[in-house]
Amino acid sequence: MALGNIFDIAGSGMNAQSLRLNTTASNLANAQAASSSADQVYRNRQPVFAAIQEKAMGGALFGNPGMSDHTAGSGVEVLGIVESDAPLERRYEPSHPMADDEGYVFYPNVNVVEEMTNMISASRSFQMNVEVMNSAKQMVQRVLTLGQ
Amino acid sequence: MTISFANALGIHESAMHVRGQRASILADNLANVDTPNYKAKDLDFKQVLSRATGSTKETFAVQVTNDRHLNAQGFDANPDMLYRVPHQPSIDGNTVEDQIEHAEYMKNALQFQASFTFLNSKFKGLTSALRGE
Repeated sequence: MALGNIFDIAGSGMNAQSLRLNTTASNLANAQAASSSADQVYRNRQPVFAAIQEKAMGGALFGNPGMSDHTAGSGVEVLGIVESDAPLERRYEPSHPMADDEGYVFYPNVNVVEEMTNMISASRSFQMNVEVMNSAKQMVQRVLTLGQ
Repeated sequence: MTISFANALGIHESAMHVRGQRASILADNLANVDTPNYKAKDLDFKQVLSRATGSTKETFAVQVTNDRHLNAQGFDANPDMLYRVPHQPSIDGNTVEDQIEHAEYMKNALQFQASFTFLNSKFKGLTSALRGE
């Protein structure tokens, strides 16, 4: 049943967007986490989204060969989380306790403006998936009252 | 004199089924609104419905003009699945425009409910015919 499929699809969308919100929160929380060496400093993390492709089911429905199932796919998945290769920020702060021998402190390559944009985009997409799920729920509930 | 359900219920059963499929495709588009290189899809509703009700005998069979030709029927699994042409494609190759998809999804849900109402009234008519009221 195609309508039951919508719950999985919208759920996968909500899951992916909440993971994106998690990475955004982590990036913003660590935006000022200074470190004394380039390999210890926190790097900006981003999730990688990909569409889940499902095999097209060519099954005939109701014994009618024209009625094959059109399954586009089944939502979105998170392939993993990548760390950004953007250049780190290197500030000259000799009085800082984390400063290295030359007086430099390394700061994470987190762009705060970018992260705020990500946050707004993720929360809006999450909201949209919630609305899709709500109207799918109404459709299914309506079907259950057939013949009453 | 038997009651044929297929004749009594008409097109609405098929219409509801295809509407349900289309809802899941549009939901898939909305779930992938931030996926790079995802292309928005949609059903050609008229085509699918006419094929479902058997009013078109349009198959994707290969023409055979020689008896040694191979018969390749139905090599295209999804002839009705089309890609949406975006007004403003994103820089990451994603062609989902969430407002348009959302509007289509809501319209589709309303049309689903319309089909449902018609189907329901068919059933009500059948039961009142059986009761002889």
